[in-house]
Amino acid sequence: MLKPMFRYANPAQFMRLSGALLPWVSLLALIALVTGLVLGFHVPPDYQQGMTVVIMFVHVPAAIVAESAYAAIALASLFSLVWRHPLADTAARAAAPLGAMFTALGLITGSLWGRPMWGAYWVWDARLTSFLLLLFLYLGYIALWNAIEDETRAARAAAILALVGAVNLPIIKFSVDWWNTLHQGESILSGQIAPVFLWPLLIMALGYMLLFAALWMIRIRTEIVNRRARSLMQRGADAAG
Amino acid sequence: MSGPFASLLMRDLRLAARSGGSAALALAFFALMATLVPLGVGADLRLLARVAAGVLWVGAVLAALLSLDRLFQGDFDDGSLDLIALSPLSLEQVALAKFLAHWLSTGLPLTLLSPVLALLFGLPGNGAVMLVISLLLGTPAVSAIGAIGAGLTLSLKRGGLILPLLILPLLAPVVIFGAGAVSAALNGLANGALGLLGALSLAAGLLSPFVTAACVRLNLAG
Amino acid sequence: MTGFFAMGGYGAFIWPAYGISLLGLLAMAWQSWAAWRAAKKRLDALEKGEP
Repeated sequence: MLKPMFRYANPAQFMRLSGALLPWVSLLALIALVTGLVLGFHVPPDYQQGMTVVIMFVHVPAAIVAESAYAAIALASLFSLVWRHPLADTAARAAAPLGAMFTALGLITGSLWGRPMWGAYWVWDARLTSFLLLLFLYLGYIALWNAIEDETRAARAAAILALVGAVNLPIIKFSVDWWNTLHQGESILSGQIAPVFLWPLLIMALGYMLLFAALWMIRIRTEIVNRRARSLMQRGADAAG
Repeated sequence: MSGPFASLLMRDLRLAARSGGSAALALAFFALMATLVPLGVGADLRLLARVAAGVLWVGAVLAALLSLDRLFQGDFDDGSLDLIALSPLSLEQVALAKFLAHWLSTGLPLTLLSPVLALLFGLPGNGAVMLVISLLLGTPAVSAIGAIGAGLTLSLKRGGLILPLLILPLLAPVVIFGAGAVSAALNGLANGALGLLGALSLAAGLLSPFVTAACVRLNLAG
Repeated sequence: MTGFFAMGGYGAFIWPAYGISLLGLLAMAWQSWAAWRAAKKRLDALEKGEP
């Protein structure tokens, strides 16, 4: 008995491609994360920060993924609105909870990083503040998807919101930086990173990105399968009714 | 301005200006908030003067937000929006009219009330003047970005609940530059913030009708 | 070994940071994987029921 083909070619291609890539991406992610961790814990204490510098190896990668995920959602939204690509909405929606979680991790690790330095669990540092606003952007995006019942409308509205947010994000970051210099806040990350810290950081960042890619693929595949299941149930209901 | 545009604008303004309408609501909320904050933080005028710019700016934004979810809702619910969409006005013009009506009926009155509230907070004269100017320049951006939010949440029964979540992060720059302008004036510094604020309002005002119209269009299509 | 865990006195911040990160990553992975398995199971059951 033949497995029923998916109605659209695109999702089928994605299923094939992602199915082939997934094991490799996951494996590479794991290798990168383990390598990064091992390297990370072998660094010498930083001149100013002591060993807390190792928090950078989980904070900065989370931040990088959080921002990349939003960029990905914005790009997918563009594809959805302009070219009506069938998978774009699914991809955008699937990325959002991941992005929100990475943002939350960035905030928590940033807070723990700042605490030994300034004695407070939260400072209105420019990056943390921008990050907090990014978290709200994610939550709003997810809330909009969940609030609108009609899937097509929800997809379009969410796409518009994502693009408006993407245009705003540089403005938000600029204004927060401006605000921060006005009030002379602290800064977690000063400009230069010594090479001995750079390698663990880059490898961890790579691991985080690969992990995001793997989880993103899994979530898109899940939605494709769910859509297929829904259409089968619909057909069954139509036949019975 | 063509006939239909002006009449849509006037009609919305008339609706907002009546008692219990959005204009009165915004002003009452603004004044009440300015009353509650000292009750919360204490009557020390030095402290109040220091926080005045930020508190009043945030208050103005929240007050303007109150009536946003009804920007299109009333017309959507009773079918007038469909009729308006069929009129010679483009949806972009409708969005522009709605945004202008909103600003004229909330942002502008809030700006005019602000000097009185600045008094309550002991804000020095030059600060109060800058507060008015910054609100005048910045509240159009609030209405413009708010209109986009109203368009996005148009079809939702309780759209009002998530509308603030959607647009408050986007309004952070407006609050930053608005209150920052007052800070700069109080410290006798040059006011780059005003220019940035004006640019934001201009950009938001120009782009908002197009984005809002797109949102309304996708909600009407269903 | 205790020196490793103390991390120069900053252990109280470093380990929670890593711990929460690990929890967060595992939570995402678990939820994504569990959702996939449930979806696949449902589709397989539906397809078996199809002629």
